[in-house]
Amino acid sequence: MRDDLFDLLWEALRETLYMIAWSSFFSLLLGLTLGILLVVTDKGHILQALPVQKTISLLINGVRSIPFIILIVILLPLSRLIVGTSLGPTAAIVALSIGTAPFLGRIIENSLKEVSGGKIEAAIAMGASPLAIIFRVLIPEALPALVRGVTIAIIGITECTAVAGAIGAGGLGSLAIRFGYQRFREDIMIATVLVIVLLVQAIQLTGDFIAKSIHNRRFKIE
Amino acid sequence: MIVVEQLTKTYQTTKGSVLALDRIDLQVRKGEIFGVIGFSGAGKSTLIRCLNRLEEPDSGRIRIGGDDITGLSGRRLRQARQKIGMIFQHFNLLDGKTVYHNVAFPLAVAGHPRDRIGRRVREILDLVGLADKEGAYPAQLSGGQKQRVGIARALANDPDVLLSDEATSALDPQTTYSILELLRDINRKLKLTIVLITHELEVLQHICDSMAVIENGRIVETGPVEKLFLNPESDTARKFVGVLEQYRAKRDLIEGMGAGI
Ligand SMILES: Nc1ncnc2c1ncn2[C@@H]1O[C@H](COP(=O)(O)OP(=O)(O)OP(=O)(O)O)[C@@H](O)[C@H]1O
Ligand SMILES: [Mg+2]
Repeated sequence: MRDDLFDLLWEALRETLYMIAWSSFFSLLLGLTLGILLVVTDKGHILQALPVQKTISLLINGVRSIPFIILIVILLPLSRLIVGTSLGPTAAIVALSIGTAPFLGRIIENSLKEVSGGKIEAAIAMGASPLAIIFRVLIPEALPALVRGVTIAIIGITECTAVAGAIGAGGLGSLAIRFGYQRFREDIMIATVLVIVLLVQAIQLTGDFIAKSIHNRRFKIE
Repeated sequence: MIVVEQLTKTYQTTKGSVLALDRIDLQVRKGEIFGVIGFSGAGKSTLIRCLNRLEEPDSGRIRIGGDDITGLSGRRLRQARQKIGMIFQHFNLLDGKTVYHNVAFPLAVAGHPRDRIGRRVREILDLVGLADKEGAYPAQLSGGQKQRVGIARALANDPDVLLSDEATSALDPQTTYSILELLRDINRKLKLTIVLITHELEVLQHICDSMAVIENGRIVETGPVEKLFLNPESDTARKFVGVLEQYRAKRDLIEGMGAGI
C-alpha cells in the first residue's frame, strides 16, 4: 500500500458517483417515458396505439441486445455532438443514459402493469384525463415496485460505469484497469473492488429501505 | 333522468361474437333507486358500464340529464363522467392514498381549489360516517368501511347519478344491510338518482323503487319492485321469486317446528 492510494480512490469515486447520479437521472427520465408509453399504448389501455407500442418495444429489444461495451463505441459520436467530447465521465453519461434507459423502461413497464385495471377504471369513471391517470394513479400506486426496480437499474448503471471506465470514462473502473491491472498495483485493485462492492450494497440498502417504508405506511396494520 | 334507447353491445372474442346487450330500452326517473336484476352473464355489468361509457356500445342512445352520453368524446365525455358517480364490487380504492386523498381525487380531477376540496371531503366523510378515518389507508379498513369510502368518493363531486355495480356482493349480510341503508339515506338526503345492479333479490326488495329484469341481454320485465313479487312475468323473475319463496317456506317450517317443541 502506498500513500497515493487514498487520493486516487477518492478522485475515482467522485467521478463514478458523478456518472451514476447523472446517468441515473437521465436514464430514469428516458426509462419512465418509455415504460409509461409501453403501458398506456398497449391493448385496452388508456391511450391504446398498438403501432407505437410495437415500435417502442422493438427499439428497446434492439438496444438491449447490443453489448454495452459496443454500445459505448457506437454512441461516441453522439457524445461528441452533445457534450463536445468523447472522453471522460461527462461523455460517458450520454452512453450510460441511453444504454441503460431501455432496461429501465422494461422494469418500469412491469411495475406499472401491476396496477389493477379496476383502479384505472375507477379513475376513468371519475372523468380523469390520461395524464391525471398516469401521474396520480399509475405512478403513485406502483411506487414501491418502481423504487425497487429503479434500485436494480441504478446498480446496473454502476456496473456499466465500471465498464465505461475501462475505455476512458474515468472513475473506479478506469482506476482498476489503469493502475490495478496495467501497473500491477494489487492494493488499488483490491481497494477499488471493495469500494464498488460497498457502493452497490449502499444503493441496494437505500432502495430497500425506501420501498419498504412506503409499503409499510400503506399496508401495515397497527 | 336516464333514457336508454335500443342499446346494443356485442363482444368480439376468439370464439366469435357475444351479444351482451340486445336493443335495451330503459327509463329511470329522477330521484329514484332503480335496480337491474339478472342471473350471471345476463349483461348487467355491461349495461351499467355502458351508462358512463366504460364500455363502448355498438349502437343505441343514452341520455343522462341533458347530456347525450353516446354522442360525447374526449374532454366533454370526461366532464359528463365527473357528474356520474360509480361504486364497484371490489371498491377499487387507491391503496397509495389515504381515505382523505381517495375522496379528494375526483375533486382534484375536476379542478376544484384546495380549500374547497378540504371542506367537501370532510363534509362527505361525515355523511358516510367515516370522519375519524380520514388519515387511514384502505388496507387499514374493513370491507364495509372501504365501500363507504367508495361511496364518499363517488359522491364527492356532487353527481346527478350514482351507478352501483354489485356494490354489496363482496360484503357480509350485516354490512350489506348497512351499506344499503346508507344508499337509501343518501338517495333521500341528496335526491340522488341511483342505478344499481344486483343478483340478490334482497337488495332489490330492500331499497329499490323500480326495477328491470335482464335475461340474455334483453330487458324482459320492468316496473315497480312490488310487481316483481306480486306478479312475476318473466322466467328470470319467477326463478328469483321462487327461490326466495322456497327459503321462506323452509324457514317457516323450521321455526314452526321449533315452536312446537
Ligand atoms: N370483456 C368481455 N369480452 C368478451 N365477452 C364479455 C366481456 N365482458 C362480458 N362478456 C360477456 O357478455 C355477457 C354479459 O356479461 P356481463 O358481465 O354483463 O354479465 P353480468 O350480468 O354482469 O354477470 P355477473 O352477474 O356474473 O357479473 C356474458 O356472456 C359475458 O361472457
Ligand atoms: Mg357483473
